[in-house]
Amino acid sequence: MVMNDPSLAGPGAVRPMTVRGRSLWGDAGRRLLRNKAAVAAVIILLLVVLACFVGPLLVPYELDEIFWDAIMTPPDWAGGHLFGTDANGRDLLVRTLNGGQISLMVGLVATAVSLTIGVLYGATAGYLGGRADSVMMRLVDVLYSLPFMFFVILLMVFFGRNIVLIFVAIGAVEWLDMARIVRGQTLSIKRKEFIEAARAGGVRPVSIIRRHIIPNTLGPVVVYMTLTVPKVILLESFLSFLGLGVQEPMTSWGVLISEGAANMESSWWMLVFPAGFLAVTLFSLNFIGDGIRDALDPKDR
Amino acid sequence: MLTYAARRLLGAIPTLLVILTITFFLIRLAPGGPFDGERTLPAEIERNLAAAYHLDEPLPLQYVRYLGQVLQGDFGPSFKYKDFSVTQLIWSGFPVSLQLGGTAMLLAVVIGTALGAFAALRQNSGLDYGVMGAAMVGIAVPNFVIAPLLTLVLGVHLGWLPTGGWGSWQQMLLPVLALALPQIAYIARMTRASMIELLRSNFIRTARAKGLPERVTIFRHALKGALLPVVSYLGPATAAVITGSVVIEQIFGIPGIGRYFVQGALNRDYTLVMGVVIFYGVLIIVFNLLVDLAYGLLDPRVRYD
Repeated sequence: MVMNDPSLAGPGAVRPMTVRGRSLWGDAGRRLLRNKAAVAAVIILLLVVLACFVGPLLVPYELDEIFWDAIMTPPDWAGGHLFGTDANGRDLLVRTLNGGQISLMVGLVATAVSLTIGVLYGATAGYLGGRADSVMMRLVDVLYSLPFMFFVILLMVFFGRNIVLIFVAIGAVEWLDMARIVRGQTLSIKRKEFIEAARAGGVRPVSIIRRHIIPNTLGPVVVYMTLTVPKVILLESFLSFLGLGVQEPMTSWGVLISEGAANMESSWWMLVFPAGFLAVTLFSLNFIGDGIRDALDPKDR
Repeated sequence: MLTYAARRLLGAIPTLLVILTITFFLIRLAPGGPFDGERTLPAEIERNLAAAYHLDEPLPLQYVRYLGQVLQGDFGPSFKYKDFSVTQLIWSGFPVSLQLGGTAMLLAVVIGTALGAFAALRQNSGLDYGVMGAAMVGIAVPNFVIAPLLTLVLGVHLGWLPTGGWGSWQQMLLPVLALALPQIAYIARMTRASMIELLRSNFIRTARAKGLPERVTIFRHALKGALLPVVSYLGPATAAVITGSVVIEQIFGIPGIGRYFVQGALNRDYTLVMGVVIFYGVLIIVFNLLVDLAYGLLDPRVRYD
């Protein structure tokens, strides 16, 4: 506790020290840094991201460049194709890294979409309360019990495989949990004195939600967000695996895994490298999510 | 409890209506139709086809007609599998999907809780870390990666198991395992977490203090409580297994409903796709209700109001 009141600083009193307060996020950050598994996961994830976005510039091949004399050749460290080539004679390393760009982007963008919808919806429902709240949450309940995966598949089949549609479809599926979490948080926050003060001061509801409620729900939201990213990446690869994801010549890990699975009896490398990248990425994202949850969890203190 | 169940079933009606409506209009809004083939049909035949399936009527009328049919339990004829009704197709695929999904669920619950409880009892031991590390792998590696890898190792290289088809238990083993592994991982993690919390609780200390054998303490007192979150997870798990079986059936060439769905969507087989979506919708709703009722039986603190 910092004592700033000058009246207390009489003779003999402890001289007021300037102590920097420890914020929630600062505390959480320190705890996260002590979690070795999470730190290792962050480093590995950064390496994967770096490889996917910088790597293709260093590999002397193009994404759709075909080598007619090197079709389905195994990984060859001397010959230049480090991960081998695929059934069309394209360099697998550059395809894996490029596919990673798509998968990671889908993960980020679709999570952002679901985050935006979910947070706004949940905070509004929770803040308004009453009938508006029950109607809004009832809608979430109904949507919740739909077999959503089937709708996403239908969307992809019928409206063509469009990368924007993938973002929207996945984001639209994943916002429900977020809305529930944020609503729950909002319900407890809105009874706090500072909200009452804001209301008494004549702040409009929109501003209260934006300036006071949403920032205070960020803890659980961040935790949930980090766990959504791997889910979304998984969903995209699931769609791509079924042949409903991104289209040639673009590629993603799901597409590559699907091609690899079809050819695995003759060329294992086509399956193992993309699957390995996907697994390592999901693995580290999950560890980071768990780490952040532990770091923010008050039970652990 | 009966009134609760009845109310829940009534509440499911709007949900099903939403499912039906969204699917109906989504499919019909989409470009392309069920009879767009490689060669264009003569206009005459196309008209006759459309008339035979009532596709020439205005949309609202088609919608009402379909709704009436479904209420009588009739999903209409399949557009692509000639001479089969959608109901027939679903019933031919369902036993297979049920066998696949049911076995996977059973496996997931039994192995998952056993591993989780085991890890919790030996918390922070090498065994605990081993099980939880494996569970993390199971969660991070999707089943459409696990399935080909298992096939590659056990089927192709070692030649122990067949890589496709359906019928014998050897053919079942790989798909069931691939479908169950992620769920085993989730359930193990969940059981471990709740078990650790319970083992620290007062009533377990009491049970130990009064000298109950450790076996009774764990099985009758701790494990029963630790299973509660697992029971409530069964609802989402069913949905996950159903979704997963779409891919697994595709990979292993299993003649279940999941394959009909993907084929139906690619073929624009309107009635088949709608039939499968509605069927799965009902299945998930009913299963969630059963799970909630079971939860009430297991946990006396739950009250239905």
